[in-house]
Amino acid sequence: MMQPGLDKLPEITVPVEPQPSAADAAPSAAPSAIRLFLQQRSAGRWADGAFRGLMMLCAFSIFAIVALIVFVLVKNSQLSIHAFGFKFFKGTSWDPVSGDFGALPFIYGTVVSSLLAVAIAVPLSLCVAIFLLDICPRPLRSPIAFLTELLAAIPSVVYGLWAVFILVPIMRDNVGPILEKYLGWTGFFVEPNFGVGMLTAGVILAIMIFPIISSISRDVMKAVPIAQREAALALGATRWEMLRMSVLRNSRLGIVGAIILGLGRALGETMAVTMVIGNHPDILKNLFAPGYTLASVIANEFSEASGDLYLSALIEIGLALFLVTIVVNAIARLLVWAVTRGESAGHA
Amino acid sequence: MKLKIATLAITASLTLAAGAQKLTGAGATFPNPIYSRWFTEYSQQHPGVQINYQSVGSGAGIRQVSTKIVDFGAADVPMTDQQLGESQVKLFHIPTVLGAVVPVYNIPGVGSDLKFSPDVIADIYLGKINNWHDPRIVKDNPGVNLPDHSILPVYRSEGSGTTFIFTDYLSKVSPDFLARIGRAASVRWPLGIGQKGNEGVAGMIRNSPYTFGYVELIYAVQNKMSYGMVKNHDGQWIKASTDGVTAAAASASKNMPADYRVSITNAPGATSYPISSFTWLLIPIQSADPAKGKVLVDFLHWMLEHGEAEAAPMTYAPLPKPVADRVLQTIKQIH
Repeated sequence: MMQPGLDKLPEITVPVEPQPSAADAAPSAAPSAIRLFLQQRSAGRWADGAFRGLMMLCAFSIFAIVALIVFVLVKNSQLSIHAFGFKFFKGTSWDPVSGDFGALPFIYGTVVSSLLAVAIAVPLSLCVAIFLLDICPRPLRSPIAFLTELLAAIPSVVYGLWAVFILVPIMRDNVGPILEKYLGWTGFFVEPNFGVGMLTAGVILAIMIFPIISSISRDVMKAVPIAQREAALALGATRWEMLRMSVLRNSRLGIVGAIILGLGRALGETMAVTMVIGNHPDILKNLFAPGYTLASVIANEFSEASGDLYLSALIEIGLALFLVTIVVNAIARLLVWAVTRGESAGHA
Repeated sequence: MKLKIATLAITASLTLAAGAQKLTGAGATFPNPIYSRWFTEYSQQHPGVQINYQSVGSGAGIRQVSTKIVDFGAADVPMTDQQLGESQVKLFHIPTVLGAVVPVYNIPGVGSDLKFSPDVIADIYLGKINNWHDPRIVKDNPGVNLPDHSILPVYRSEGSGTTFIFTDYLSKVSPDFLARIGRAASVRWPLGIGQKGNEGVAGMIRNSPYTFGYVELIYAVQNKMSYGMVKNHDGQWIKASTDGVTAAAASASKNMPADYRVSITNAPGATSYPISSFTWLLIPIQSADPAKGKVLVDFLHWMLEHGEAEAAPMTYAPLPKPVADRVLQTIKQIH
């Protein structure tokens, strides 16, 4: 790309040695009008080099940022790391008064609320995506798509407020009793149900990550060539068979990517969760019971934390959140890898 | 004439130089409404002086003033000896106003003015009393038809001065509470549900029947919530009010330490409301910039002369007279 540009550069600017050769060359070698225009507007090789350098700098700054985050988290949590060691990650007590800190209930709360959210959001968002892609009447398509994307733009504190005033009473008075009646035997839905707790947190998170998963999976599905779908239909597939065989099958990697993005947001979400999860560090099977997440405890206690060990333990909670995010993402990617490897082996 | 203009110009530039001061403070959220109002009014009356207050929480305020990030701090919880020792600047605690914490509840069919003994409040949070029809609650409230329903305690999920005042009080009245929970801005509650901020606790209690919690008096008054009476040190049932809080401060001020770091919860006196506390400004004894020190001293004088009068209408309790007089003496040492 750069070479021809360099050859022709002197033609307009400094008339030096290559100029005659360029002038004498065959018409095909002469710079096109577009090329000339570009040369007048840009600085050729220098700009290309600078562009490449800038892009590389931006890309590598990601490494620098991650490394800095880890460095600061580890450095500032030294006190707590030394005091508790690995026990910090399996301790269940969080007592600022006596200075005993353990992160397990928070890790549990973060993972469970996020998984609940994904479990609720994935079927919902896939259904919306498929509906918008194929089934939705054309006039309805853009309003629904617009509203879905609008949902993604609402700040989380607004979701939190909505949850406190609308979702919590619904969970307490309408959804809770039904779940308790029919699924109480599982041990996941046991009274008392106050409307705030792990389940409500999962539901609000599901609502928050649904637009991300839905709009990305719709884009991925859209990218499946029309020919694939037409081929399936031509072979006599029903609409569902066509969607399953040609659309969902071809876009499953992208859909998993969308789910991982959604999961990432759920893991780190703070404000809305804090407002409805009950903020009580317990590890209970009952989803009606209050819980606590890593992000929430940092947001709640950091500003008033007194004492070095307490602060340090809160920063180590941040480190734990970082690790949980990495581990969950790694597991998700391993799953994808395992699935796709199986597929390609099957094809071969 | 020329000379006069010149002197005028010089004085003008001098006042400008002396007046062009920007001070930054950070700390407690509880007194933020009145501090914002004080600082705005003070700035209006003293053109060129700007005091910027960030309500980031007592803990953060203490950290920031100790490390000279801000010019002064504010706290609902007095600094510990260790914190004072580690601070990079020598600090005075200057009490400004007082606040109180009140018990709130939601029991369908039961109105306001329910009475709570100190040990009952402690045992609700310890889980030892878990039913509204508990004999000890019934005994304190003859004639009230208390339902046979479990109690859900609600607490502040974030670290807060309110929680400190509340747990400080319960630690004084219940040895068991002191041993199992203790006093701090955030503690390990054995049961219940945590909500963020006064508004979170109040919202949870308003929306959920059979709940019990604690909020600041100012919040309960402004939102017209019904709150309970508490039995004070002298065995009187007291409903919280700014007068009751000032009474508690006056009675506690008799043996107030020189540095004002005192807890006035469970103060003696027939009219003292027991769950109350000072809130303090943390002022460097010697500011790095003398001009800023001067502004701080001037502001403190202004606060005692004019500011205190605005406290009661905003449901903060003003300093009792003897304390205000002592603060005036203390200010003289600041420069």
